[in-house]
Amino acid sequence: MNKAYSVLVLAAIVLFAVAPAVVAQTPLESTMGLVQKIFYYHVPSAMAMFLAALVCGVASAVYLFKGRPGADRLAAAAAELAVVFGLIVLVTGPLWARKAWGVWWQWDARLTSTLLMWMIFVACLLVRRFGGAGAEKLGAAMALFGMANVPFVYISVNIWRTLHPTTAVIPKLPGGMRGPFWFCAVSFMLLFGLLLALRVRLEERRADVEHLYLMADHE
Amino acid sequence: MTTFLRVAGLVVRKDLTVEVRSREIVYTTIFFAVSCVLVFAFALVREGRPLEDAAAGIMWISVAFAGTLALGRTFERERHSETLRALMLAPASRPALYVGKLVGIVLLLLVVEAVLVPLVGLLFHAPIGSSPFRLAALLVLGTIGFSAVGTLFAAMLVRARSRDVMLPILLYPITIPVIIAGVRGTAALFEPVPAVDLADMWMALLAFFDIVFVTLALWTFEPLMTE
Repeated sequence: MNKAYSVLVLAAIVLFAVAPAVVAQTPLESTMGLVQKIFYYHVPSAMAMFLAALVCGVASAVYLFKGRPGADRLAAAAAELAVVFGLIVLVTGPLWARKAWGVWWQWDARLTSTLLMWMIFVACLLVRRFGGAGAEKLGAAMALFGMANVPFVYISVNIWRTLHPTTAVIPKLPGGMRGPFWFCAVSFMLLFGLLLALRVRLEERRADVEHLYLMADHE
Repeated sequence: MTTFLRVAGLVVRKDLTVEVRSREIVYTTIFFAVSCVLVFAFALVREGRPLEDAAAGIMWISVAFAGTLALGRTFERERHSETLRALMLAPASRPALYVGKLVGIVLLLLVVEAVLVPLVGLLFHAPIGSSPFRLAALLVLGTIGFSAVGTLFAAMLVRARSRDVMLPILLYPITIPVIIAGVRGTAALFEPVPAVDLADMWMALLAFFDIVFVTLALWTFEPLMTE
C-alpha cells in the first residue's frame, strides 16, 4: 500500500466519519422533516453513479477503438462501481419516496430510466463474467449503451412531469443545506476515486499473475 | 455511398433468397409469436372479455419475444456454415454489412407482425383499423429500434459460448425504452377515441431512439466484429 492510497483512505475515512455530524446540523426541511436528510446520501451516490457510468463508457470506447488493455481494466472497475452506487440510489430512493410521496415506487421517467441504466450495467457485469472468450468487447458495447443513457436520465425530470424533483433543486439549495450537501458530494466522489483506484490495481495485479503463469508455462 | 447501399442491398438479397427458399425462420417465428399470443389469451381473456388495455402490451411482448428468437436463428444459420466469417472477409465496409443484416431482420419481423397484429386485434378486441397508418408507423419504428440493438449483439454473440442466454440479457435492458414507447403509443391508438397527439409524441420518441441506436451500432460494429 503506497502513500497516495493511504492519504486517500485517511481522507475518505475522516470525511465519512464527520458527515453524519454535518448532516445532523442541517436545518429540517419544512414539509418532509427528518426524512429529507436521506437526500445528503441519495444525490451524491447518484452523482457517483453517473460519474462511474461516464468513466466506464469512455474507457470502453478507448478499449474498443485503440485496443488498450488498461482501458478495459478501468471499464471493468467503473462498471462495478456504477452498479454499487446505483444500488445505493435505488435503495435510498424508495425509502425516501415511501415517506415523501406515500409510495415505494412510481413508474415515472426518472425512476424507470435510472432502473434501466442500472440494469444495463448489471448485464455488462454478467456478460463479462459468464460470456466466455471475447466477453470484454460485449461488455464494452453494453457500457457504451449505458453511457448513452446518462444524459437521458439526467434531463428526464426536466422534460416529463415527474414526482421526482428536477435538477434545478441543487443550485437553489438554501444556505444551511448547501454546505453539508457539497461536503457529502465531495466525500462520495473521494470514495468513488478510492474504490476505482483500488479496483483497477486489483485488475492489474490479476493481469500480472496471468502473465507470470504464461511465462512459467513457456519455460 | 452508392457502394455502401449496393453492399447493403446485396446482403439483404442474400438473406431474403436463403429465407424464401427454406422459409425456416419465418414459419418458426410466426408459430412462436402466435403461441405466445394464445398463451396470453388463455391467461387474460375471461368469458370472452379481455383484460382492459392488455392488447398493446401483449402485442409488443410477443414482438420482442419473437424478435429475440428470430435474431438467434438468423445468426445461428450464419455460424453453422461459417458464412458470417466469409462476409467479414469480403472487401466491403462493415457498417454496410450491418445495415444489410438489419434490413433483413426488420423485413422478417414485419412479416411476422402482419400475422400477429390482426390476431391480437381479434382475440383482445383491439381496434387495429381505427388509425392503421399510425399503428404501422409505430410498429416499423419500434421494430427498427429493437432490431438495431439486436443485430449488433446477435452478431457479436455468434462466437460466444452462452449466446442463447446472453442475447436476451444484453438486449432487453437496452431495448425496454423502445418497448415502453411502442406500448404507450399503441395503447393511445387503441383508446375508444384514438389519442393521436399522444401517439405522435411516442412515435417521435421512437424515432429518436432509432437514431441513437443505429448511430451507436454503426459506430461500434467495425471494432466489435474485428478479432
